[in-house]
Amino acid sequence: MKAGENNLRSKIRALTDNGVTALAILATVLVIAPLVAIFGYLIFKGATSLNLAFFTQIPKPVGVAGGGMANAILGSAILLAVASVLGVPIGIGGGIYLAEFGRGTKLANAVRFTADVLNGVPSIVMGLAAYSLIVLPQGHFSALSGGVALGIMMIPTVCRTTEEMLMMVPHAVREAALALGVPNWRSVLSITVRTASPGIITGCMLAFARVAGETAPLIFTALGNAFWSSSLNQPIAALPLQIWIYAQSPYDDWHRLAWAGALVLIVLIVVAVSLVRYVTSRGVLKGAS
Amino acid sequence: MGVGIEVTNLNAWYGTNHTLQDINLHIPANHATALIGPSGCGKSTFVRCINRMHETNPIARVTGSVRIGGLDIYADAKPVEIRRRVGMVFQRPNPFPTMSIYDNVAAGLKLNGYSNRHALDEIVERSLKDSALWDEVKDDLKKKSGASLSGGQQQRLCIARALAVDPEVLLMDEPASALDPVSTSKIEDLIFQLKSQYTIVIVTHNMQQAARVAEKTGFFLNGRMVEFDSTHKIFTNPSDKRTEDYITGRFG
Amino acid sequence: MIAQVPEIRISQAQLLSEPDPSGEQPPAEAASQQVSAIRAYLLARGNSALADRGFHWLMVLCALSIFGIVLLILTELVRSSSQVWNQFHFSFFFKAYFDSYTGLPNYWDPVNGHFSALPFVYGTVVSSLLSLVLAVPLAIGVAIFLTEMCPKALRGPLAFLTELLAAIPSIIFGLWAVFVLVPLMREYVNPLLVRSLGWTTFFTDENPTGLGFVTAAVILAIMILPIISSLTREVMTAVPHSQREAVLALGATRWEMIRIGVLRNARIGIVGAVILGLGRALGETMAVTMVIGNSPEIHRSLLSNGYSMASVIANEFTEAVSDLHRSALMEIGLALFIVTIIVNVLAQLLVWAVTRGAPARVN
Repeated sequence: MKAGENNLRSKIRALTDNGVTALAILATVLVIAPLVAIFGYLIFKGATSLNLAFFTQIPKPVGVAGGGMANAILGSAILLAVASVLGVPIGIGGGIYLAEFGRGTKLANAVRFTADVLNGVPSIVMGLAAYSLIVLPQGHFSALSGGVALGIMMIPTVCRTTEEMLMMVPHAVREAALALGVPNWRSVLSITVRTASPGIITGCMLAFARVAGETAPLIFTALGNAFWSSSLNQPIAALPLQIWIYAQSPYDDWHRLAWAGALVLIVLIVVAVSLVRYVTSRGVLKGAS
Repeated sequence: MGVGIEVTNLNAWYGTNHTLQDINLHIPANHATALIGPSGCGKSTFVRCINRMHETNPIARVTGSVRIGGLDIYADAKPVEIRRRVGMVFQRPNPFPTMSIYDNVAAGLKLNGYSNRHALDEIVERSLKDSALWDEVKDDLKKKSGASLSGGQQQRLCIARALAVDPEVLLMDEPASALDPVSTSKIEDLIFQLKSQYTIVIVTHNMQQAARVAEKTGFFLNGRMVEFDSTHKIFTNPSDKRTEDYITGRFG
Repeated sequence: MIAQVPEIRISQAQLLSEPDPSGEQPPAEAASQQVSAIRAYLLARGNSALADRGFHWLMVLCALSIFGIVLLILTELVRSSSQVWNQFHFSFFFKAYFDSYTGLPNYWDPVNGHFSALPFVYGTVVSSLLSLVLAVPLAIGVAIFLTEMCPKALRGPLAFLTELLAAIPSIIFGLWAVFVLVPLMREYVNPLLVRSLGWTTFFTDENPTGLGFVTAAVILAIMILPIISSLTREVMTAVPHSQREAVLALGATRWEMIRIGVLRNARIGIVGAVILGLGRALGETMAVTMVIGNSPEIHRSLLSNGYSMASVIANEFTEAVSDLHRSALMEIGLALFIVTIIVNVLAQLLVWAVTRGAPARVN
């Protein structure tokens, strides 16, 4: 009888094992499916709407066919530039502190923890802070405020990726520089940071990719602009913002533009993410043993 | 052109670990001095106290005095200044991975602000010749990266890099232990030639190596210096029994 | 220091006067001139103490900016929401107004000065929790598959694909959701839900549009899945192999090995991963805004339209009818900020407890 029981039990166990395997595979398929669906649909809808005009023209008035999102692409580039001026130096500096000066200290642990928590804060909150900080006192929406909102988002991201890359530089390299009588600041910048620079740059690219697709913080800072604008003191168009405005509209023409814009955005992001993966998988510190 | 090193009552700690206890010795100028002893006896720590690299570890502590050429390096000088006068070659070759061979050798000078290109060219050439690497790399100085050389070549590159700043003392922490026998003998030849120009302190696991290159040898055991005498005496007629046990292979 | 230089030169002179064993004196003399120039140059260089200290403090300042950002957001939001706070205090979050004509609840009526954040809180909580219900089993399933079952060759590409999913911006999810998911829900899924689960009274569809809490939960689930999954994978791989082997040695099947040897050990971290996903879902703006229906009402049915905290800010901020209105939206933003901070702190602590301080992945 015991043998029969054992037989049944082991059959159930084997069945459960197989069942779980099947479920796990199903889960994976269900996860990959939307990815494929989204990409497929984007390419299908977006590719047909992409033409040269998209990249060179600004939006046409409602009812007039054609037009493009050239001003939005320019706007996104300007916003990204402003964000980088704020986010990249401070972020890299923070990363240098965490990896080179503060290793193991309580302050460094607190900074790292806070940076990770900040990375989870909704981006719209950053937009609200930038609105209160810049738009209100200035009395108008501006590319500057949008750039600042995005820059604030970049700082914790760049800080952590820089720290991770610097930690990968072998200690022997630092020791070699110090033993030569190179001052510490020079050793950190010209040796350690330089050795890790491919990784740090890819970390910045990741931050760009993330920030380039952000819409919420721009809604009430950069606001959007239907015309060419490169001034920092005026509202400015941005690719994701424009996509949102068009998606909400009732016009088919604008929907097509939204799809095209989405395709451009997703291609840029995929390129950035793939590049990051490529560099980090090949061994960021080529040559460092 | 080297200077003598006078060590008085040197004690060193890693946190609570009393790594070096009451070290007293005089390292003569323009000679090669070998430091031997079993693993963990403190030889590397000792050598790192001479160029103040020991204190780069946050939990490290040093008391006592080390005088290089009469200058108390702890009381009367800053670490950066000392490290420009005392060069170091590490156990594992560590050329700067993003720099060319030329830039590696010139690093100690360029990173300290030296910019005379013509003089740098000469210094790089002379350093590479002194470290017996010139012939092998003279055509690829700026094209090849420091990390693309073989292990033995990398170590000679590190020696050239250390020599380029014209130190008075050269510290070598088991410089050949990670290398093949051919590279090892090349490096030993190098030490033999260099010792007339610099004061060389070489930490080694290899007693035969000590016998080959050094005039004086010090035997370290458990953080103390047991015996310090001419190499010949240490290896043929040591005064201390512990030295004799180590030499004859009873331990370590 | 200067006193030392003559000593060096004396040593050099002493050496030169000794018989040179290699017999190469003239080049040695010329070389020694060059050499002492180098030494002199280096000796004359300062010890850079000032530059080192300055650099150190500059880096500390950059690191402190992280705290500065938190403080900045906090002060700006508190300042800008003070108007509505002074008027309503905590009741802002749960007050229920009633329309005098119809007797129906009327929570958010900026024109008439009714500001209750209750529907937004409700919408945020409901859509986020529902998205967790959908996402967590799938995410853990994927994590199990990728860490324990997947053939090595597939692992890289599949992990890359989930990473890609995480990188897609919210607006693109929203775009796809509006044109693909919403019709799908309206035509097929929602009627199915009504038929099969209508008896629970949570699934009635008065005005089928395909928008609503369920659709929002679906798109949210797709978005938070990669985070939960990759973090779960991290904590699962942090479990030492010896645990797995010990269970296998007792004759366990693969699933039992996973359940007992891995999941049980990693469960704290998995909870942390789930909470992190919750944090992301709570703050998700664009995709939710486009599919939740934007109706500041509270209904029992999960298929009804609703509103979330982030969505109302996104939709109404630029067209706020009054300062009080804007202040109210700021207050909602402040609440969102504080809640997501708390949730993320909790999640990070749990994950940190398992992975022992290894750098958390930045998504």
